[in-house]
Amino acid sequence: MSAPVLAVEGLGVRLRSDRGIADILDDVSITVPRGGTVGVVGESGCGKSTLLRAILGILPRGAEPPKGRILFEGRDILPDRAASARGRIGFVPQDPYLSLNPVFRAGDQILEIMRRHARGSRAEHKRRLVELFRAVQLPDPEAALRKYPHQFSGGQRQRLLIAAAMSCDPALIIADEPTTALDVTTQREILALLRGLVVERGLSLLFVTHDFGVLANLCAEVTVLYAGRVAEAGPTRDVLDAPRHPYTRLLLACHPDRATDLLGIPGTVPAATAQPGGCRFHPRCPIIHSGCVVEPPPLLPLPGDRAVACPWHADPLPETIGG
Amino acid sequence: MNALRLLLRDPVATFGLAIVLLAVVVAIFAPWLAPYPDDAFESHLLRRLRPPSAEHPFGTDNLGRDILSRVILGTRNALLVAVSVVVAAMAIGVPIGLAAGWREGWLSETLMRVTDVFLAVPQLILALALGQLLAPGIAAAMVALALTYWPFFARTVFAETRRLRSALFVDALAGIGARPSRILFLHVLPNAAPAVLVRATIGMGFTILTAAILGFLGVGAAPPSPDWGLAVSEARQHLPEAWWFPTFPGLAILLLVLGFNLLGDGLRDAADPRLRRSRR
Repeated sequence: MSAPVLAVEGLGVRLRSDRGIADILDDVSITVPRGGTVGVVGESGCGKSTLLRAILGILPRGAEPPKGRILFEGRDILPDRAASARGRIGFVPQDPYLSLNPVFRAGDQILEIMRRHARGSRAEHKRRLVELFRAVQLPDPEAALRKYPHQFSGGQRQRLLIAAAMSCDPALIIADEPTTALDVTTQREILALLRGLVVERGLSLLFVTHDFGVLANLCAEVTVLYAGRVAEAGPTRDVLDAPRHPYTRLLLACHPDRATDLLGIPGTVPAATAQPGGCRFHPRCPIIHSGCVVEPPPLLPLPGDRAVACPWHADPLPETIGG
Repeated sequence: MNALRLLLRDPVATFGLAIVLLAVVVAIFAPWLAPYPDDAFESHLLRRLRPPSAEHPFGTDNLGRDILSRVILGTRNALLVAVSVVVAAMAIGVPIGLAAGWREGWLSETLMRVTDVFLAVPQLILALALGQLLAPGIAAAMVALALTYWPFFARTVFAETRRLRSALFVDALAGIGARPSRILFLHVLPNAAPAVLVRATIGMGFTILTAAILGFLGVGAAPPSPDWGLAVSEARQHLPEAWWFPTFPGLAILLLVLGFNLLGDGLRDAADPRLRRSRR
């Protein structure tokens, strides 16, 4: 097996603000094999977007220098904010509205990125971009070069950004819930497009979502985050069919398609500035043991390429609470 | 140029633009356009307060000076005051708005509270007080007006900077190492440009009006300079007999202020890229 495209190792991100210190990510490790598709799931505020931002080198102001390593094609890109290797990572953002500057032409903004990261002349870049616009099925690709961002619809803008992510011949595509701002029909089209492009060009994909349906469709492997830590990881099928971590089990029981009764998880995700000690899920966990309060559980390897951060993963959940 | 085409499609805005352009041309060529250019400072007591005639289309004033000439010569003053006041107000307000919008915490809070204080005080009162405090004269009036108008720019730019501060393209710029000043002036400020431009245009009209009021109240331009507001003020003693004395300078004020306001409204509709699509 060849070296992975991306290996995040023990990543820790700490944010300082008026409200206190927050460990947004704590010892998170994720590997994206070459040609692989990896999903990251979790509730809002669990650190999904921060993980992507750390990989892209655009952590918010007020973040301390992150701990750990981020190996992209074997080189650690974490210390160097402007690492040129990042030109080979394409990013599809969550919100297509303010990802491009409204006062400059969309085409010019993408060409600017290509000037920085892609080989060839401006004319070649233009030709390649028009091809990409065609590949992402933007109507009238030639004219799209000269349009301003506001002249595209929401779905078109997301296609535009997928084209931008593809523009510099990336090895890895990172997508941050690229369909949450869109309606369901457009969502389906965009996902089909993204999957098509990734398969066709043999790219690797790191996909963040909170939608298990999308995950099952798009990703071969999954990592479940809870409050900035990895709760469970493994092949998507296996994790969805037989979740082991109590959080994953409860989360899946919440999914309307799967649950017999619609159940919630008691409590809410803790505020990032007030994380509980020990296992961060313990205040909401139905099978809490005394040890859970004391020390964060290590990520235990399981057979079948899986891992779970709960020593009690084999115990059944109480009937009254979950599946 | 796209914006200009859209502007010209709006007849009212075109009218405003025409007035403003006319005023600019008149201001530039004032000494050659005025029939009696020396009447700026020279008086002819034998010809005082003559009604409009072929010789003096707007009549003469209390010192026998040709009012048409003085209205034409006054255009230069009015525009000069308007432009320098608005430019000075922008020079103060824009950086304050950018800085306050970009940073969080005490600096931003302090800047915006100071802005609020200036906004809360009625402009004319503040300008009057400042004008009295400094030696009365056109320079004092200009300083006073600039010091009362900058908060509008600060507010406008602040709002836009706050909106875009966490935009992804801003984070990306910061990510590749662009300095805040570069991000703010080259990437954020252009987004606020339409709003600033509209504010500036309307501010020109407002400044001309306020400068005229200050002149009328004796805090602005001093005699014998050909100032419109001053002329209206001097004419008070000769009413109602010499109706032409205040009427023509007054009309000049009205027309130029109207021109700037119509142009400002038209610009607002035409220049904002977010509004542009809805007009197509």
